[in-house]
Amino acid sequence: MISDLILMNGYGVYVWSAFAFTLISFSSLYLIISLQLKKEQKRFEENFSTLSEEKYNVAISQKIHKEILKHSGSKI
Amino acid sequence: MFDYFNPYRIFKINSSLQKIIFFCFILVLSIGLIEALFLSPEDYLQEDSVRIMYVHVPAAWISLGIFSSIALLSFSVFVFKNKNLILISKSLAPSGMLFTLIALVTGSIWGRPTWGTWWAWDARITSMLILFILYTLYLLSFRIFENQDRSNKISSIIAILGAINIPVIKFSVDWWNTLHQPASISLTSKSAIHSSMLTPLIIMTAAFALFSVLIFLMKYNTELIKIKNKGLKRL
Repeated sequence: MISDLILMNGYGVYVWSAFAFTLISFSSLYLIISLQLKKEQKRFEENFSTLSEEKYNVAISQKIHKEILKHSGSKI
Repeated sequence: MFDYFNPYRIFKINSSLQKIIFFCFILVLSIGLIEALFLSPEDYLQEDSVRIMYVHVPAAWISLGIFSSIALLSFSVFVFKNKNLILISKSLAPSGMLFTLIALVTGSIWGRPTWGTWWAWDARITSMLILFILYTLYLLSFRIFENQDRSNKISSIIAILGAINIPVIKFSVDWWNTLHQPASISLTSKSAIHSSMLTPLIIMTAAFALFSVLIFLMKYNTELIKIKNKGLKRL
């Protein structure tokens, strides 16, 4: 029964490799984009923490900046 | 109208939607995989190799859909001069490119047992390869040109000119004698595929669409934070 599922009448190697390629591609792209997002969030936090008080007040007044910090889990 | 394309609004919606979309994607993909690999029947002619269709066809459909959207958005950039539309199209491109690659590779794997060859310079396969090259050029244009206005203009031109390839891909099986069979599913006529095979095909298409939405949301936020990072340095 299990060997039938794996072998698929001799087409198993083609079917499984097509599905495996698809799933590996999905995981790779998801991982790459996640890492890019985390990297940019970290960079944003670092840049924010180095701002002078005056510049900080200007930056924090923007809604989008607050939202980015909120979703990056920042304590700033 | 463009208030709906406000970066703050999109970022806020994106951030809260990502987890929900991810959960839906995993759920729909699991159901789709069970249907496609175990529950759907084998084909009377192609036997079990027909199961490759459940990854090959949705990938091809979505890659075409995404490129059409990019071309439309790029055209709108020239008309409305809204730079956020560029950001949206740029964020759509990575998943579109991946789906084109999946369609090419799984098509090649399917071609071996069905046609006896991994590759043929058939009209449909060649036009899909051109689509992959167009996606590559589109994404590369943002990296090659440092001047943002120039890269936006060049990428938009690539997308608009590349749109010519979309009807070529769609009608290649009707215009030329190709190894590919004509379309089995049409929006205007009854499907030639039995419901037992159509159901997993639709479920897998939904899963792939959810994945492209997920990647779009993440990529859009990444690009927006990148822009805001540059803005912070200029303060």
